[in-house]
This record gives sequence, structure tokens and C-alpha cells, in this order.
Amino acid sequence: MEDLILAGDEKLAEIKANQEKWLEERQKIKDRPDKFETVSGMSVNDLYTPLDLKNFDYQKDLGFPGQYPYTRGVQPNMYRGRLWTMRQFAGFGTAKDSNQRYKYLLAKGQTGLSVAFDMPTIMGYDSDHPRALGEVGRVGVAIDSLQDMETLFSGIPLDKISTSMTINAPAAILWAMYIATGEKQGVRSEQLTGTIQNDLLKEYIAQKSWIFPPEPSLRIITNIFEYACQYVPRWNTISISGYHIREAGSTAVQELAFTLADGFAYVEAGIKAGLNVDDFAPRLSFFFNAHMDFFEEVAKYRAARRIWARRMKEKYGAKNPRSWMLRFHTQTAGCSLTAQQPENNIIRTAFEGLSAVMGGTQSLHTNSMDEVLALPSEKAVEIALRTQQIIAYETGAANVIDPLAGSYFVEALTNKMEEEAEKYFAEIEQRGGVLACIDQNFFQQEIADAAYSYQRNIDAKDRILVGVNEFVNPDEKIEIDLLKIDPQVEKDQVARLQKLRRERDNIRVNETLDALRRAFQGSENVIPYILDCVRAYATEGEIIQVGREVFGEYREKPVF
Amino acid sequence: MARVRVLMAKPGLDGHDRGVKVVARALRDAGMEVVYTGLHQTPEEIVEAAIQEDVDIVGLSILSGAHMTLIPRVNELLKENGASDIVVIGGGTIPEEDVLALKEGGWAKEIFTPGTPLENIVEWINSHVKSKDN
Ligand code: B12
Repeated sequence: MEDLILAGDEKLAEIKANQEKWLEERQKIKDRPDKFETVSGMSVNDLYTPLDLKNFDYQKDLGFPGQYPYTRGVQPNMYRGRLWTMRQFAGFGTAKDSNQRYKYLLAKGQTGLSVAFDMPTIMGYDSDHPRALGEVGRVGVAIDSLQDMETLFSGIPLDKISTSMTINAPAAILWAMYIATGEKQGVRSEQLTGTIQNDLLKEYIAQKSWIFPPEPSLRIITNIFEYACQYVPRWNTISISGYHIREAGSTAVQELAFTLADGFAYVEAGIKAGLNVDDFAPRLSFFFNAHMDFFEEVAKYRAARRIWARRMKEKYGAKNPRSWMLRFHTQTAGCSLTAQQPENNIIRTAFEGLSAVMGGTQSLHTNSMDEVLALPSEKAVEIALRTQQIIAYETGAANVIDPLAGSYFVEALTNKMEEEAEKYFAEIEQRGGVLACIDQNFFQQEIADAAYSYQRNIDAKDRILVGVNEFVNPDEKIEIDLLKIDPQVEKDQVARLQKLRRERDNIRVNETLDALRRAFQGSENVIPYILDCVRAYATEGEIIQVGREVFGEYREKPVF
Repeated sequence: MARVRVLMAKPGLDGHDRGVKVVARALRDAGMEVVYTGLHQTPEEIVEAAIQEDVDIVGLSILSGAHMTLIPRVNELLKENGASDIVVIGGGTIPEEDVLALKEGGWAKEIFTPGTPLENIVEWINSHVKSKDN
């Protein structure tokens, strides 16, 4: 074994002897009474040495950046070539309000857009539906039809910018609106770049904004894979998300394991739908969380790349190296931020963002300090973006590729994450796969248990949160300006929508919706039909309603 | 002494259920009888469940900004159905000025915002709500 961080057998024996001597001394000194474990409750040793990496094999376990198994990163030169994309998630009020925020962010040096939709849009209801009452434009932008999408991107050339859209159950519709907005701007679909989240499995597991049951959802997703392959080849057709799983309360290992398990399920669904794995796998992308435990997070990203590459090559027989590469977006952990002393959140976010960069992320959203209180104000977003710029240009973290590799600790933790994830894969398989596990509430219960124990630990002060259960300011008064949504937004949006319904060609709308219904009932690819509906200014709610009638709605069996 | 019966509910389109589940479990661990509605409930469905389950208190969890519409609506419906003896409390992402407005308007007895220790919620219920069966 010639690896630099490893010694030969003889050397190992010597290290072992010395370690024992050290242990003897070390055990005489008392430790603090605290628990020494990661934020996920995984215990860690006080010291790591070559003895923790006995079977380490540099070529097999790490290799080189841009090479299988990609543990060290997906590009050969990583951030020396291009920095990660700084992509702040934003959207609120009307399309016009959000369009202004996007122009503000672009002017401040942001390099990609990320659209947040409001709850009615996320759940497939138009702004004038009774269930949308009080929810329009509150937590994202309200988009009812192509008209709103045109406004959202007015003055923003779609061939120059990449756009990520956090949309799932109605992803095909919003994507179709984006493609149609491109058409209006004279941009061909082949030129468009961006991402739709489009990950329904994690909706049933964690984010809970489902509409249809899993089977038809998977069909629409594979239709999107197929359509993109032909007409929108530079688009990331799915963002397989661990972020939401973690935010719902999971541990780091659960985030890693459940997300990759979802990823494998999509690959299997694509193959089952008759697609060639190398035609769609290169467009699969991922989305992870960056929580407070710095090393645990770095290990998680590295393990994720290695597991994905190995499975894609060995189990699914992918031949194209792009199918083996796990590319991912990261968002810092909203759930790690505190209502108390909100300015401290700037510091938390900075460490979290740094872990994502040390872990080789392709793009990053850093949360704003007012995350717990409301949608971010302009000032708070600016600081969050500056945090990324400081990581990029001042810390030196972007100079060296995978700079923590070779740390006995980080390599041992990376191995451990992989081993623990494999245990979950085995359990998921034994339970009958991802869909069966969702049906059994397996993921949901695992996550709820972890969330509860996290909360209990904080309340019991087993885990210290600065400003919350220690170093508290008893008469703290929060002094930051919060973003407020004017209730007038809802009225205006409803008025605009009703005007559209009066003025558009309603015969054409009905024809396209009828054609879509037949496509839903049959087995053809539904995307061209959705595009026709959208181009005729059918609304999102009308299109989804056709789906609800054909496929029915998903119902959870609540557990806590 | 009979146990306090609680309905924990998620009105509206909001899918944030981490908090509601954590609170539901803490109340159960503290000896209360807890029913959880699951997500995406209309105010009508919640009030129906509250009456059917014969609860002493309804807890509404809202993180989607729709609290000024949904919490008053649940109250009105309770009143219309002759169930205004059921205590209503709430929690989630609710700005301070709205907390005041909800309490002053009589729409909610108490609102618990992020960062509240679970013990505080248990204590509040224990000292403000008695089981009807006593
Ligand atoms: C976790 C989280 C998520 C997870 C949710 C996972 C899940 N299944 O719950 C994910 C990633 C999926 C998510 C998604 C979204 N989120 Co979110 N999310 C959060 C976050 C970071 C933490 C919430 C949380 O769970 N905290 C931990 C729990 C234990 O605390 P809690 O819920 O506040 O509950 C405590 C108290 O409030 C109280 N409580 C709460 N409910 C009740 C009820 C009763 C009866 C009682 C007594 C007490 C009580 O007791 C609890 C213990 O103290 C908050 C910001 C924050 N840090 O608070 C944003 C936040 C709530 N999300 C927000 C938004 C906008 C969204 C999205 C709409 C974004 C989008 N456009 O796509 C989506 C929509 C999701 C959906 N389906 O509804 C906004 C809401 C803004 C607003 N209301 O003005 C916030 C505030 C972030 C922000 N600043 O932008 N989110």
C-alpha cells in the first residue's frame, strides 16, 4: 500500500503502539461533560489516524477530480474553471414584483435565477380558487398562466440566464410556460438552460406538496425526461432533493440515503419506460442541505458522489461518464436558523455555505438572517449573497480542489456515511422499494422521530444553540425590517386572471384541454399537449384539474 | 382526572408539518389525547373534526402566511356550530403584529412562534384548558 496517508503494516503497528501510549495519558485528563457527536447525533472519536483508514485505496476510493468515482469533484479543475453558480431562491407577490427582485439580484452580481412559487401555484390551484383564499403571492410568486410567466421574465433574456424553478407536482406546466415564454422572446427550446425540481418522491416523503398519486406522477416525470432529451437538451429535468428531507427533520445519513434511493427509483422508472439510461441520466441533478456540522456535511457530499457513480456504472450499466456524475445544488439549512438574535444567522450561514463549497457544490443558495421570521427583505438577501462572494473571493477555499481530502477524519467519516447509507438501501429494498416505503410511512416516521429527538435535545440543553438555550438576551427586541406582502396583491392577481379568462380564445382553450385529457388517459408523451394548452393561455388550475379528474388525488395517512 | 383532548390541525395549502408533528408528540408524551388531521385541511373540515372528536382545544399550525384568513375562519365556524367553548390556539411563522391582532380580536387564545420550547406549550395548555369530562 503506497498511499501517502497510509503507512505499511510495520508502520501501522508502530502507530498503534504510540496510540496506546497516547491514550493512556489522554485518559487521565477529564473531558467536558458534553456529548461529542455530530448534529445528526452520530458519535465521533476525539482523534483520527491512519488506523481508521486501514483498507483505504486512493485510486478506488477517491481517484482524481472529473474522474470516476468523482469523490473529489465532477470537474477536472473545479472552481479554478468556473465558480459555483450563486443562485438565491426568490419570489413573492405578483410576477411584476418578482421580476423587479430578479433584476435587483442580477444587478448585485447573482449569476442564476431561482423562482419561488406561491402555495396555490405549488398545489395547482388558480388564484381565484376558494382554496387559494389568503394564500396568493404570500410565500412565492403567483403564476396562473403564460401571461404571468411572460411578465416574470420580461426584460430578462432566456438565452443568457439559467433559471431554476422550485416546482414539483405541476412542474410540466410551469416548464411548458417557460418554454413558451422563450418562444415569445425568440429563444429556441434547445437554447434554454435551467432546472425544474420535479421530484415527486420527496414530496410524499418530506415537502408534502403532492397532487396526483405516485404512479401517474412518475409517468409525467419520465415524459419530461424523454421530451427534454429531444427538444430541451441542456435542461436539468429533475433536481432530486435531499434538502426537504433534511429540513423536515432527518439526519445527514437519512438525507443522503433517502435522496439517493429516490434517485435510483427515477433511474429505474426511466429504464422501465423504455428509455436508454445514458439518454436521460446525464440530465439528472441533485439538491442537498448544508447544516451546521461542517465535517459531516463535507463527508456527505463526497459520499454522495461516490455512491452515485458506483451504482450508475455497476448496477444500471451506464456507459456515459456524465451519467455517473452527481452534480448538485446546495441550500444552507433554514431549520438551523433561529428567531432569537437573528443576526447570528449570518454567521451560521457562512459556515454552512463554506461546507458546501468544500464539498464541491455546483450552485449555492445562502439563507438570509431573517429566514425564521418572513420571506427575506432586500437588505438581508444582499448580505446572504455577499457571504457567498466572500467565500469565493476572500477565503481561498476555491483555490484548491477538494481541500479536505486526506484528512483521516474526513475520509473516515465519508466511509461511514457510505456504509450507513448502504444499510438504509438494504432496508428500503427489503421493504419493497421506495414506493412501498412511502406507503408504509417508513421515511415519514424515521424523519419525524429524528425531528422530535432534535427538538427534545435542544429543549433539554443537550445541544447548545447560541442565543436560544444559552447566551440568551432576556430582553431582546428584534430590530430588523421584514418584508410584508400587501393583501392587495391577491385582489389584483384575481382581477388579472378573470380578465384573461374573458379575453382569450376559450374555444381553443377547451380543445387543447380535451386533447390533453385524452393524452392523460392514453399512454403517449403528454408534454406536447401541455404545451398546446399553455400556448392557448389555459391556466395552471385548469390543466391540473384535468389531471385530477383522470388520475385522482393522493391522500396521506398522517403519522407523528 | 380526564385527559385533555387536543386536535392538531394544518389548515390551508401549507405543507410544513415538522412543527405540528413535534408539538403533537410532545402533547401526547405529556399525557394529552391528541388527534392530528394531516395536511391541507379546509376550515370546514377542521371544525367538523373538532366537533366529532369532541376536543377541548384546537391547535392550528400555519407557516404559509395565510393565518389572518384561516384562523378567524375556523373561529367563526366553531361559533356557527355552537362549539365556541373549544379553545383555539395557533403557532408557526406569524409576525408579532399579527399575533397581537389575533389575540386582541379574540381569534386565538395564544400563539406560539418559532423557538418556543415544547415545555412552554404543554404548561400553557395545562394551566388554561380543562377536560370537559371533569
Ligand atoms: C423546514 C422548512 C421547510 C421544509 C418543510 C418540511 C416539513 N415537512 O415540515 C421545506 C424545505 C419542505 C420547506 C418548503 C417551503 N417553505 Co419553508 N421553512 C422551513 C423552516 C426553515 C423551518 C420550519 C420548521 O420546521 N421549524 C422547526 C419546527 C419545530 O418549528 P415550527 O414549525 O416553527 O414550530 C414551532 C413553533 O412555531 C410552534 N408551533 C408551530 N405550529 C404550532 C401549532 C400549535 C398548535 C402550537 C401550540 C405551536 C406551534 O411550536 C413549534 C416548537 O417551537 C422555515 C423557517 C424557519 N426557520 O422557521 C421555513 C419557512 C416557514 N418556509 C417558507 C417557505 C416560503 C416555504 C416554501 C413555500 C418555499 C417555496 N416557495 O417553495 C416551501 C413550501 C412547502 C410547503 N409544502 O408548504 C417561509 C414562509 C414565509 C412566510 N410564512 O411568510 C419560511 C418562514 C422561510 C422563509 N423565510 O422564507 N420549508
